[in-house]
Amino acid sequence: MKTYIAKRLLGAIPTLIFISMIVFVVIQLPPGDIVTSPLDRMQSQGVELSSEAIQNLRAQYNLDQPLPLQYLSWITNFVTGDMGYSYLFNRPVNELVGERIGYTLLITLSALLFTWAVAIPAGVYSAVRQYSLGDYALTTVMLVGLATPSFLLALIVMYFGYEWFGISIGGLFSPEYRDAPWSLARAGDFLSHLWIPMVVVGLGGTASTMRILRANLLDELNKPYVITARAKGVKPLKLLVKYPLRIAINPFISTIGFLLPTLISGEAIVSIVLNLPTTGPALVQALINQDMYLAGSFLMLLTILTIVGMLISDLLLAWADPRIRYE
Amino acid sequence: MSELKSQDAIESDNILQVRNLAVEFHTETGRTKALQGVSFDVPRGQVTAIIGESGSGKSVTASAIMRLIQPPGRVTAGSIDFAPSGSEPYDVLALVDKDSRLEQLRGDHISMVFQEPMTALAPVYTVGNQVAEAILCHREVSKKVAWDEAANMLQRVGIDDLQRRMQQYPFEFSGGMRQRVVIAMALVCQPDLLICDEPTTALDVTIQAEILTLIRQLKGELNNSVLFITHDIGVVAQLADHVVVMQGGRVLEAGTVRQVLKQPMHPYSKGLMAAIPGLAPKGQRLATVASVVGATDITTAYPLTRLADGRQISLSPSQLKAFGHE
Ligand SMILES: Nc1ncnc2c1ncn2[C@@H]1O[C@H](COP(=O)(O)OP(=O)(O)OP(=O)(O)O)[C@@H](O)[C@H]1O
Ligand SMILES: [Mg+2]
Repeated sequence: MKTYIAKRLLGAIPTLIFISMIVFVVIQLPPGDIVTSPLDRMQSQGVELSSEAIQNLRAQYNLDQPLPLQYLSWITNFVTGDMGYSYLFNRPVNELVGERIGYTLLITLSALLFTWAVAIPAGVYSAVRQYSLGDYALTTVMLVGLATPSFLLALIVMYFGYEWFGISIGGLFSPEYRDAPWSLARAGDFLSHLWIPMVVVGLGGTASTMRILRANLLDELNKPYVITARAKGVKPLKLLVKYPLRIAINPFISTIGFLLPTLISGEAIVSIVLNLPTTGPALVQALINQDMYLAGSFLMLLTILTIVGMLISDLLLAWADPRIRYE
Repeated sequence: MSELKSQDAIESDNILQVRNLAVEFHTETGRTKALQGVSFDVPRGQVTAIIGESGSGKSVTASAIMRLIQPPGRVTAGSIDFAPSGSEPYDVLALVDKDSRLEQLRGDHISMVFQEPMTALAPVYTVGNQVAEAILCHREVSKKVAWDEAANMLQRVGIDDLQRRMQQYPFEFSGGMRQRVVIAMALVCQPDLLICDEPTTALDVTIQAEILTLIRQLKGELNNSVLFITHDIGVVAQLADHVVVMQGGRVLEAGTVRQVLKQPMHPYSKGLMAAIPGLAPKGQRLATVASVVGATDITTAYPLTRLADGRQISLSPSQLKAFGHE
């Protein structure tokens, strides 16, 4: 097992090197660089900079060096844990990512719990009572949910939150707590804001999860091994959970690994609409503004998390399903 | 209802009495009457075989006895009186879902071996877990005790190297070994009645013989009653004391094997019996099943040999020799 994991991780290194080059080139591709837009702004305000000053500015950001050298210094810093400086946010990238990934992780995990807490009981009910009134009702609700984009849901929730509760719903903190140090009151404020992104992001996956679970479970419910277990005297609820549900849920266990990359890329639009301090909006801004260290770091982290996520998925699947473990 | 019961009270030497059993399936194409007025007895301590072509309702009968008929199926009429040793007889079909006797019925008093050993065990639990679970469902014992009893039973059905084997998953077992596991699982609570639904159909010929021998041997040791469902007339002759012949959801004929095989009353039974080489009068041409009752998929004890006139016949190797066939 350990050698398998080591092999997978070592095998990922060439991929990572290759992708890091592509990431670097792609960031450089659009015309202009990080100093272009501030320069434009200054010029439009009537500030004239000598070409020498511009040269100095570019040299300060290492922009005067040939591309391969720029790449090398970027990637060696990245590997040693220094992701550079974001000119856009005026802060080290490490700090920025660290703080945003924490919130993203919280929202992603709580949204996943929400999805499962709603989708699993609904899917089980729909499958066990197939073609009942409840099944049709759930199916209808879920199809509507499937067809509603998350950002629209976010807007609707914000509107009603404001209309009914008179609270502004954006962000993860009330204004008075936004920059306060952590305290019990701040944590409470955070939790009272957390449920909205949790529900909005969580509902996005609920409909599909429920439909897939329903289909999987219907496949399993009348399998011979279930009938064997029933004939052996296993009680109905235990029977359902231990046999068909256990096997119908296997595919979802593996999707836990796919969550990792969404820590960087996930739900950017919803986060922008809800004004959340997560990674998604920062990634979008970094790309738009050619904030090369921030964008490059995000893209590299995305790649690494995708590779690690896939490995975790495979390990979880093998853990959950002995048939795969023994192949 | 109660009057009817007392009239029909179960005879003491029968463990099971099926009366007028009717089962329907509601499907998109309409209502299928899978069973109509099925009645037969299962005498205590003996082997009763149900024989009949595919679709004749053998499995549905077994499911009804275990209360395993699921929607879209429904039992529409009849009674199944069951007399477990040491407790009052009762009608299986009259039990409500919450009745503790229903729990006891499944796996403790009656248990079942299915046709498909490859799919009858859950792929994600070890063999030991699944056999021990049968005990834990019905006895108040620790996991350790259940595990030891499971090991004991698995050994009796011929599984060696138990330490290792019980920790393995079903897909690490061959078909024959899995069927042994299923048999162990069925017998571990020492049921009064064992129902075997074509337990050997999915297995290789040589393995079939081993499993049949095992069932007969365990029946001798445990002294339970057996209801044995099969296509194979040869198996009936080898194994059964009583036989029930089914066709199209009805019982055509029932009685001791001797009665039915020697003097079949019904043309269908006659056809079946005439197809067994050993039973036909010497010198007479053997009938094939198809020549008597039309095309069926009934399997025979031995591979079919094509005769000069194009018909086929089931012959044992020694008979083949006697006929001068190679
Ligand atoms: N789940 C079901 N849905 C609809 N009809 C069914 C179902 N199960 C059984 N039937 C009906 O009941 C009839 C009897 O089926 P059953 O499985 O008892 O046959 P069998 O004698 O066991 O056949 P085989 O030898 O092939 O196992 C079938 O012909 C079919 O019409
Ligand atoms: Mg059958």
